[in-house]
Amino acid sequence: MAKYTPPEQSKEMQWVDVIFVVVAIFAALWLPLQAGWAGAARSIEKIENPTWEALKQTPAQVEQWVKLGIADAAAAHDIIQNKFDYTIDWLQLVIMTVVIVGYFVFLFKASDQEYREVIDEKFNGK
Amino acid sequence: MAKATTAGPAPQRVSLLRVLGPAHVWALGVGIVLVGEYTGWNFAADKGGALAALIICWVVGLLYTSVAMIDSEVTSTVAAAGGQYAQAKHIVGPLMAFNVALYLVFAYTMLEVSNAILVADTIKSYAGEGFGDWHYRGVIATVIVVLAALNYRGVLMTLNVNFVITAFAYLAIIVLFFSVQPWSQGTVLKLGEMVTPDNALPYGWIGVIAAFHWGIWYYLGIEGTTQAAEEVRSPSRALPYGTMAGMITLLIGASLTWYVCASLLPWQYLGFTYFPLLDAGKVTGSPFLETLMFTATILAGIASANGCINDAARAFFSLGRDRYLPTWFSAVHPKYRTPYRSIVFLVPIALAFAFIANLGQAITFSILSGVLHYTFMSVNIIMFRNKWPLGTIRRGYTHPFHPIPAVVLFILCVVTFFAIFLGYGAQLTAMVIFYIIMSLWFHFYRYQYVRRGDQFTMPWPKPKGY
Repeated sequence: MAKYTPPEQSKEMQWVDVIFVVVAIFAALWLPLQAGWAGAARSIEKIENPTWEALKQTPAQVEQWVKLGIADAAAAHDIIQNKFDYTIDWLQLVIMTVVIVGYFVFLFKASDQEYREVIDEKFNGK
Repeated sequence: MAKATTAGPAPQRVSLLRVLGPAHVWALGVGIVLVGEYTGWNFAADKGGALAALIICWVVGLLYTSVAMIDSEVTSTVAAAGGQYAQAKHIVGPLMAFNVALYLVFAYTMLEVSNAILVADTIKSYAGEGFGDWHYRGVIATVIVVLAALNYRGVLMTLNVNFVITAFAYLAIIVLFFSVQPWSQGTVLKLGEMVTPDNALPYGWIGVIAAFHWGIWYYLGIEGTTQAAEEVRSPSRALPYGTMAGMITLLIGASLTWYVCASLLPWQYLGFTYFPLLDAGKVTGSPFLETLMFTATILAGIASANGCINDAARAFFSLGRDRYLPTWFSAVHPKYRTPYRSIVFLVPIALAFAFIANLGQAITFSILSGVLHYTFMSVNIIMFRNKWPLGTIRRGYTHPFHPIPAVVLFILCVVTFFAIFLGYGAQLTAMVIFYIIMSLWFHFYRYQYVRRGDQFTMPWPKPKGY
């Protein structure tokens, strides 16, 4: 196989590439925060006039809450009652699975195509 | 022959310095990870209860033992900066290598951000009302900039500092453990009253699965030891030894941490706090233990941020060296022999995210990149053994029981993806879409600037099947 000679890239275009990577990194990290995608699916299951018993805390646990500076049940209520919702959204699960599997399939197939060129050139097609 | 494609001055032909031994490898790996004991792992209790946090401590420990075994074999054979990036380049292909480098840069930069936020949060929690927003940001900026300067100055000094502060933070956990008389339940520790049959698994087994997400944080980053491959004096000895010693250290530390924290803190509080070990020290009523854990929390955060800067910069440096990004990033400092441009380039990115993200979000970004990375590793070792069967090339270390560790790792990665989906599915999908966009950009555009055969630098025979 003939040795591949990469084209020349201007300085300006190299900086465009760097800027693209930086912008993409910021978009990937910042957009989910702005769009509200970041963070967990959870909510507070409210109990009116909470007591330690209603919050199902043992005497030993109550003793530790007090040591931690949270002296009454009302103050601990939002921490204790903030529950995850593990109801499975099947549509979202299917979308996520397709995206991840599709990503890895493309990754391995395209990598293999590039890898064959590398091996051909490195070993001169022998 | 290709013409120069650099944006700035041509990269200087100076190599990284081979000055590190097994203790530095241990300090790099454990230094990055130990902060996970001081914050992060406890959110597993939030997702599944205190018992779930213990179960995943050991099951995820199995995942990371597989990671360490696989990594030790491949890295002791492919000893190059960039670690898994260099592995992917030689075993799977350029596009995979590009993605792996991005995983590394993301995982470590976001981990660095998390650490800087942790240090600032820890100080803020004790500083009182006079500690304003600018003080908070000042602490974050100081941590990131000072540690970047240390990394710029030299790898030996960087990892010597890491060894000392990591050892201190680890010993603090041991001191706390023995100070609360673990042999005498009921005296200080009250595990039976804190974790009861009614609250051990509040969400049932789905909560245990969900807890895998944060269980990763017990050990995330131990694979970073491979980034030092080009700077250790004896890769075939130092990398397996340092990595496996690091895993043993962390498994012990994680188990002790769970035992003390679950015995002292109500599980809901355990899943809520950012400082489980510091709070455990606080509720003992001992000012010495509280001060010790306060100091150790800060030092663990600093050690981890220090190691993360080291690793992220080397992954970025490797991308430049192979022209996956402009070669300007691949320059080595003529005096300090460090990848200084990559170190400096990543500083503003880390600072920006430290100011806009909170601790939980930064940790989640880091975990997502980590799990994608481990999925690659499970396939990578299978391909490595297939393309170069045992006996065809010299391996520094050969891990036992192949392919069981790879299969275990793959299964646990699939479970962890599902765990992240439980509560953070939209964020996971968004991150993978980012990697897809970057992959398309690289494959259809950027790769044209990459020399083909030059990427394969190992003195190996042609791979089987090609």
